[in-house]
Amino acid sequence: MSAVRVVATDGGIVAWRNLKRIPRIPELAIFAILQSIMFVLLFAYVFGGAIPLPGGGSYKEYLMPGIFIQTLGFGSITTAIGMADDLQKGLIDRFRSLPMARSAVLSGRTVSDLIYNACLLVVLMATGLAVGWRVHNGIGDFLAAVALMLGFTLAMLWIGVLLGLLVPSVEVAQQLGFLVIFPLTFVSNAFVPIQTLPSVLQTFAEWNPFSALVSACRELFGNPNPFAAGTYPGEHSIVLSVIWIVVLLVVFAPVAVHRYQAIDR
Amino acid sequence: MAGIEAAGLVKVYRSRRGQARALDGVDLTVDEGSVLGLLGPNGAGKTTCVRILATLLRADAGSARVGGLDISREAQQVRRLIGLSGQYAAIDENLTGRENLWMFGRLYQLPSAEARRRADELLGRFDLEDAADRVSKTYSGGMRRRLDLASALIGRPRLLFLDEPTTGLDPRSRLAMWEVIRNQVAEGVTVLLTTQYLEEADELADTIAVVDRGRIIARGTAAQLKRQVGGERIEIVVRDPGDMGRATALLGPDGGVTVDEHERRLTVAAQGGAQQLVDVVRDLGDEGIAVADVGLRRPTLDDVFLELTGHGAEEPLPERVAT
Repeated sequence: MSAVRVVATDGGIVAWRNLKRIPRIPELAIFAILQSIMFVLLFAYVFGGAIPLPGGGSYKEYLMPGIFIQTLGFGSITTAIGMADDLQKGLIDRFRSLPMARSAVLSGRTVSDLIYNACLLVVLMATGLAVGWRVHNGIGDFLAAVALMLGFTLAMLWIGVLLGLLVPSVEVAQQLGFLVIFPLTFVSNAFVPIQTLPSVLQTFAEWNPFSALVSACRELFGNPNPFAAGTYPGEHSIVLSVIWIVVLLVVFAPVAVHRYQAIDR
Repeated sequence: MAGIEAAGLVKVYRSRRGQARALDGVDLTVDEGSVLGLLGPNGAGKTTCVRILATLLRADAGSARVGGLDISREAQQVRRLIGLSGQYAAIDENLTGRENLWMFGRLYQLPSAEARRRADELLGRFDLEDAADRVSKTYSGGMRRRLDLASALIGRPRLLFLDEPTTGLDPRSRLAMWEVIRNQVAEGVTVLLTTQYLEEADELADTIAVVDRGRIIARGTAAQLKRQVGGERIEIVVRDPGDMGRATALLGPDGGVTVDEHERRLTVAAQGGAQQLVDVVRDLGDEGIAVADVGLRRPTLDDVFLELTGHGAEEPLPERVAT
């Protein structure tokens, strides 16, 4: 068998076993979805009424891109937990003792978690449609938004891989992941217009990669986007999103790969 | 031709609290088709040694050949020859037993149909047929270990690394595991096995290497090691502390009795085995010395350690690290 085929087949087998986990522990996916739906309901019906959007527009339409990015961001914790679990249970050792492609553990993880997060996104979009979120622009813009979200997922996923390789236990992966992702989603424009934030937080929120992604999606879906006007990051959210995705990938993917290869030290 | 040859293996673990020499110059040879038992307490360096030879860990110094191949330059080829079964069952808990074996078979580069056939065969041989299609999370400890060992055998390895294969197993599972390992040896597989139990090394290994603080401190057959520590010994606990002196004189007229005043315990080497015990019990009875306990004790890892190193196997060592 050619080397390329071994790389593809072995990566595929690892992705297959990662995906098997989802129906075998359905709680994980169900809670991820329920948590997002809870956020949708909480913000759409409880807090949303008290959050006026500068320039007007539907809060539910404003909210959904924030929910998408939040959920995909939290997806990196799932990745970290999966990596940490495999490492601690000795499964990575077993893989490394086999004559398989060295890249398969990480490539398989990337493929499976991209598929998993894409499925979550589909469920969330359906939820959004049910509560009144709509896409107003053409299919081209829609696909561009989806591409940005998947690119963001990929970047976050590599952060998750690195985190999973560094932490001493699954519990720490969970807590630490939460500690990183939580402020990133809440000190952003995902739920509230950032004009209301104190100035230091406002600067952070403006340049937060989550804000760029959320704003870019709003732009492409044709949803209310009060962030767009007046600030540099607001006016260039699509370009900034692409830059952020590339930067995160260029920084974290090689570090994670290096870290994985250094397990034998 | 040697199955495994290692020379001068050194591994130093560095952490914030300093460094620990897990391996401090280990040489070993395992002839093809034979079994070497690495015997030693926790933290002696046994696992580190196995991990290096199984290409999971890079040695800081030294070299080794496994199945004639260099472990650092030809690691991927080495992996085609070996099977590894670790201290903790490294199986995918969310897959069934059958799925686990198929997956590891595929990753061993077996074609899918052959991986499936081989999985069926191993499930049968390891008495896992009934549980084959259950998620392995539901397996008992013994079943997990069997599945783990079956996973190590999926590619018909010529060399097998077994890191404490029976630690934590109940006696029945342990016997079953021994049987499986013996069958592999009968098929000509070379085995490197680590254990904390002299009895286990005795049962399975052709030669034993005793490991302590990253060094091999003794080698030989089980019989040779036992002879070195004085073989069997008689142990007596007297009821009345006042009898200690008389009992000591009776037990070892020429000395050689270890006395534990606090426990009222006397220990003496028993070259004469069971017959010597019978004689001693009769003499004690004739002298009217009441005993609380009496028995013939076989040397344990602890005895081997006391004899060879001057410290017990369980004695905590400051520079020891978890490996």
